[in-house]
Amino acid sequence: MFDFSIVTQWIHSLLTSFLPEEVAVFIECLAIGVCILLAYAIIAIIMIFMERKVCAAFQCRLGPMRVGPWGTIQVFADVFKMLIKEIIAIRHSDKFLYNLAPYIVILASIMAFSCLPFSKGMEVLDFNVGIFFLTAASSIGVVGILLAGWSSNNKYSLIGAMRSGAQMISYELSMGLSLLTIIVLTDTMQLSEIVERQADGWFIFKGHIPAFIAFVIYLIAGNAEVNRGPFDLPEAESELTAGYHTEYSGMHFGLFYVAEFVNLFIIAGVAATIFLGGWMPLHINGLDGFNTVMDYIPGFVWFFGKAFFVVWILMWFKWTFPRLRIDQILTLEWKYLVPIGLLNLLLMVIIVVFDLHF
Amino acid sequence: MITIEPEKIHKALSDLRAEGYDFLRSLTGMDWGEEGLGVVYHLEKTTTGENKVIKTITANRENPELPSVCDLWKAAEFNEREAYDFFGIHFIGHPDMRRLYLREDWVGHPFRKDYDDSLNPLRMTNEEPDDVTHHYEELPDGSVIEKRDVLFDEDEYIINIGPQHPATHGVLRFRVSLEGEIIKKLDVHCGYIHRGVEKMCESLTYPQTLALTDRLDYLGAHQNRHALCMCIEKAMGIEVSDRVQYIRTIMDELQRIDSHLLFFSCLCMDLGALTAFFYGFRDREKILDIFEATTGGRLIQNYNTIGGVQYDIAPDFVQKVKEFIAYLRPMLKEYHEVFTGNVIAHGRLDGVGILSREDAISFGATGGTGRASGWACDVRKRHPYAMYGKVDFKEIVRTEGDCFARYMVRMEEILESMHIIEQLIDNIPEGPFQEKTKAIIKVPEGSYYAAVEGSRGEFGVFLESRGDKHPYRLKFRSTGLPLVSIMETVCRGAKIADLIAIGGTVDYVVPDIDR
Repeated sequence: MFDFSIVTQWIHSLLTSFLPEEVAVFIECLAIGVCILLAYAIIAIIMIFMERKVCAAFQCRLGPMRVGPWGTIQVFADVFKMLIKEIIAIRHSDKFLYNLAPYIVILASIMAFSCLPFSKGMEVLDFNVGIFFLTAASSIGVVGILLAGWSSNNKYSLIGAMRSGAQMISYELSMGLSLLTIIVLTDTMQLSEIVERQADGWFIFKGHIPAFIAFVIYLIAGNAEVNRGPFDLPEAESELTAGYHTEYSGMHFGLFYVAEFVNLFIIAGVAATIFLGGWMPLHINGLDGFNTVMDYIPGFVWFFGKAFFVVWILMWFKWTFPRLRIDQILTLEWKYLVPIGLLNLLLMVIIVVFDLHF
Repeated sequence: MITIEPEKIHKALSDLRAEGYDFLRSLTGMDWGEEGLGVVYHLEKTTTGENKVIKTITANRENPELPSVCDLWKAAEFNEREAYDFFGIHFIGHPDMRRLYLREDWVGHPFRKDYDDSLNPLRMTNEEPDDVTHHYEELPDGSVIEKRDVLFDEDEYIINIGPQHPATHGVLRFRVSLEGEIIKKLDVHCGYIHRGVEKMCESLTYPQTLALTDRLDYLGAHQNRHALCMCIEKAMGIEVSDRVQYIRTIMDELQRIDSHLLFFSCLCMDLGALTAFFYGFRDREKILDIFEATTGGRLIQNYNTIGGVQYDIAPDFVQKVKEFIAYLRPMLKEYHEVFTGNVIAHGRLDGVGILSREDAISFGATGGTGRASGWACDVRKRHPYAMYGKVDFKEIVRTEGDCFARYMVRMEEILESMHIIEQLIDNIPEGPFQEKTKAIIKVPEGSYYAAVEGSRGEFGVFLESRGDKHPYRLKFRSTGLPLVSIMETVCRGAKIADLIAIGGTVDYVVPDIDR
């Protein structure tokens, strides 16, 4: 399997051959930053297009068809429109916080995005508490949403932000618990290491029952984390018009919009990494020929394939279920998911202690 | 029609109420010119179906005062506000004597015959929200004083739901006082689409008035027009042919299916299930195609006329309707699979917004809303008209009175409507589709009331004629007005999300409320 670190090593040695070490590292950091932002934008565009087409297919429609073949240019046109729209300043709003909020949301999203291991040797942020950092970084987003709702000076926005705060902070708990279940199994928090340990079988197979329960809880909690249906009450359009981002226009709204879609991708990417082996091909013990053939498929194809599969499942949820009510959301979390998650963690500990996993 | 003096009216009506006349079908403000201003009450005993029409007149045009009957029927609350708005009658004892439709700064009362139009030029300023209302109280010595009441305190967290809001299905406005997510108080503001239809009718000839009925409840366009045609035909003694009766009945039922499909779609959308919304609209389109082929219109059909219908049915009408019914049955199963059985849908609808049977009757909330509360209020059964006396169908009644019951009543009514159409569609008799009428239609002097079961309740027409070619007074008993008047009772203590679910299942159409 192709190791991307060969390329990065080569670039590093090339740069250090004629530049001092510090300058070379600086240039590399810049290049990686640009790459991350580009990848972020591209993923966002793919996700928005996918959302439209998937939702259209569920609803017996075609989705965008006019702009470009199969409507492929539609999203670019939308982005262009968004970029040239005026950013309206709201009177009586808290200007500083109002303008800051979308950047906090997008910052949290980009930080979490950088943690994903896309392929072998293709990790940007990779250190021994990777998962911890990822959950911590992604939870900064809720601050941005609360600020957006508060500073807009709009009652709908405030209700949306309050709902969002209650919901995201609650669901962080069961998301953490389900990740912890897998960490018990792997005894590492480094994302690249977690993927390497799945060479002889993905964790959803290795950890069997508790891993599967953790996967389901993770999908539910992850869906709630990104405020998507059936947990989309913070922006429930039939109740609160657009919730916390009602008052935003132009690219400020665009940032919320993009962050929401990439957050969905991050949730799916983490699910793919932790439970479904990340970039690791499907390996079955004993079938060496099969394993070799699988290894010829590049790692990023595996990663994106799995991630978009999970994205598709989450979209299926969204376009099937009606929306929950705020008390039902909190009941689901505190009375069902958290106790189940805790018991599941205990079950996983027992399985690991008595070595009952594959 | 019995006339009772204003001094004795409250006593007489409370006697009738005690006797069992628990349903106030309609309360109509009137201006009889020289005789004075007054009110006509249409009462019904829900146990036996007996009807009584009572009227009362006060000769005082300067400061007309009548006792309020809010304490007897809750339905009177909004209707008396309407009468106050249009005729300036002060109802003593009414807790909230604000205008219902017009702006608070409106000068005069437009339905009075001596109203001067030039007093109200188009105002370009916004109406300031007023948190204060007033009521009139009679002191023991017989004098009447005006008292002010506060609706919302200054420190209450009030949000406006509407007039522009995706879940109000039109320009309806609720002012909602919240405590966190819980609704403490709710105040309905109507009138954002008030066009003065009843007032306009007074200067139109009878055939011209028909066109306006379609624009009241646009999802019951056909039924509304049916009611007015029926009322005029009854007044003039015109017998329409069997063919017309068959066509009208089939069209009414198609309209009902159309409306209930839209109800399903919009409820799903309000609850966030957008996919089900598209399913409903996909199938509704087929009914609109059928309408278009025969009537030329899709939403507004302008089909019924006095003494018949506008055109004969399209040549492929029978076949298209049969195909549609065969198509819809499996689709309904699909709806139940995608939405009704869903655990979240149950969680959102079960036990939410319970309306008791007593309240339903007292508010006069007819249609699916009343039937979900256990009140068998179907006009098609109570006072059969057209072909309804001769076809076999079941009146769907549930007793829970919650959102889910209201939803299921309508879903099951689609099946009943299809059953009715199936009985009629194959044997539409031959005959003229339009009776011969005079070129200028003049209705003999008198007052007439006719009602049909609209898509969302009893739609009544009260016509007072003075033998002219214009109606002297034409009042439409709106199906939607009682439905919004229950909102305050039903929503108190519920959450914002419940308000959306309740609004969706109560299924009001705003142009019908405002008229």
